[in-house]
Amino acid sequence: MTKFPLQSQDSVLTESLEPSAANGLINRRQLLSLSLKSATLAGTAAMLSSAVSAQSSGLEIPAWSKTPGPGSSDYGSPSSFTTAKRMSGNPNPFYPGGGASRSPLHQLQGSITPSGLHFERHHAGIPAIDPAGHKLVINGLVSRPLSFDYEDLLQYPMISRVHFLECSGNSGALFGDDAPDGSAQSIHGLVSCSEWTGIKLSSLLEEAGISSSATWVSAVGADAASMGRSLPLDKALEDVMLALFQNGEPLRPEQGYPMRLFVPGWEGNVSVKWLTQLKLTNAPSQFRDETSKYTDTLKNRKSRQFSFPMDVKSIITSPSGQMKLSRQGVYELNGIAWSGGGRISQVEVSADGGKTWALAEIDSQLGEKALARFRIPWNWSGGEALLQSRATDSNGIVQPTRGALIAAKNQINYRPFYHYNAIQSWAVNRNGEVSNVYA
Amino acid sequence: MFTHKSYRNIAKLIMCCVMLTTALYSQAQTPRLGKVLGPAALSSFDLIAAPDGSGLPAGNGTASQGKLVYETQCQVCHGAEGEGNGSANRLVGGDMQSDDAPIRTVGSFWPHATTLFDYVRRAMPATAPKSLSNTEVYQVIAYVLHMNGLVGLDEVVDRRGLLQIKMPNSEGFIDSSNIR
Repeated sequence: MTKFPLQSQDSVLTESLEPSAANGLINRRQLLSLSLKSATLAGTAAMLSSAVSAQSSGLEIPAWSKTPGPGSSDYGSPSSFTTAKRMSGNPNPFYPGGGASRSPLHQLQGSITPSGLHFERHHAGIPAIDPAGHKLVINGLVSRPLSFDYEDLLQYPMISRVHFLECSGNSGALFGDDAPDGSAQSIHGLVSCSEWTGIKLSSLLEEAGISSSATWVSAVGADAASMGRSLPLDKALEDVMLALFQNGEPLRPEQGYPMRLFVPGWEGNVSVKWLTQLKLTNAPSQFRDETSKYTDTLKNRKSRQFSFPMDVKSIITSPSGQMKLSRQGVYELNGIAWSGGGRISQVEVSADGGKTWALAEIDSQLGEKALARFRIPWNWSGGEALLQSRATDSNGIVQPTRGALIAAKNQINYRPFYHYNAIQSWAVNRNGEVSNVYA
Repeated sequence: MFTHKSYRNIAKLIMCCVMLTTALYSQAQTPRLGKVLGPAALSSFDLIAAPDGSGLPAGNGTASQGKLVYETQCQVCHGAEGEGNGSANRLVGGDMQSDDAPIRTVGSFWPHATTLFDYVRRAMPATAPKSLSNTEVYQVIAYVLHMNGLVGLDEVVDRRGLLQIKMPNSEGFIDSSNIR
């Protein structure tokens, strides 16, 4: 007589582990210690794997182990067998070079986004800048207007910081009345995280001599749109960087080569790419992209501008929208969390639409205002589930529900678009299909 | 009293302090390689035209002059009446105070006329930004303002005129930059 009949394997597994929340969530440390200590569990796991994947024939040495491959190369590329790609819209003849591409969040791991998969947002395409002809000018309310060459800037002391960058329009589709059928990439892919290396902006501004009347800095890019944004001088002096390197190499053209502003924790648009001018002023310049765009109109018909910080947010990336669970049993549920306010202090996960919550493990978070990777084991027993994650940051700010966010936004009847950070709900049906829902 | 030896120790201590301060100071130093720019160096480079009038160049234009610029440079995307096409923004009409969802255009929404000069000069037309002369920019923005009923057809729009235009939504924005 078999100790554990096949049909009851799942229930044995579930009962052996004290669930940390309902509908299959498992405390990770419990799982590890139980698998070490419990012979019955180990037996169950062994039987599960042998039942699922019994090898009927002997393993063969594959062809690539019998022929030398190509040698080294000047610059590496991903394996041709991988499929992770950015998702771009179609070119728009009325908006040449404009638009965005989204990071394949559901295919990435850890907390650093590969530079080639970092999301993009362009307002007039990617300029092909020869750094020998590029200038960074600092003017306005300074004692000495200055111009810097790229080669000179490379000789300055630098700092490296890991930070996320998120477009304030990220996830904006979820303000709509009907939940769009989408993936983690298509809905949330305008967030990425890199190690940025560059020069503290304060040292360059101080070299020009900051006038006591200066309170704002206007930043302008060298793209065809000459994208401009104003930011308060105190932030510019606090932690803003002139970034020259991303993940150890010179910035990619689509990320602002040869140099960009990097403004930690704030909406991506102010981290002006291809930076060519910083003008110190005593008021914002009121650029088009801080009046007509990147503003939110309220019920009283006033529009809020300069809503800079990105709020605390998290999403489960695996499983996520448009995926399908291929089997019942234990999965590692994982995702990303971030906050423009500081570090992520905890991420809770629910498999029953927020009725019960379990604490996930934060596996990787490489700095303040950086993506954190969270993980938690989850046993899917074939029933319906509603997966959610809820992040809390180091200021104690908790990610809101969708209902609370929309109520708090106090928006007029005009569809809000920017700064969506509500809890994401992924529904799992009995076929294992995962879809975006409002809950 | 101090002996010679203790004087030497104090001297050593002072020397140490001086060296430490110098080390810290030089650590915070940068090579200071910025090249000083003369007053005329940025006359063609600095395109920022701000609500205080800074950066608005000499020159002027009227809406009747700007109609031709609009028809040849803007209409293909923004439409004959400034109605936009979904990708290119609507430029004309709308009312932020209406009971319906407000339609946000240059006329109804933009708080500063200077932003129109600033944006058109730096970023428009989308296929050839910075191809218009300052005169053409004054002319075409005069036409867009005219379509919104904000300037007369033959009213001269120049730096001073632009600063005098009160946009309908000029009081409509809240600066949230203090919320961190």
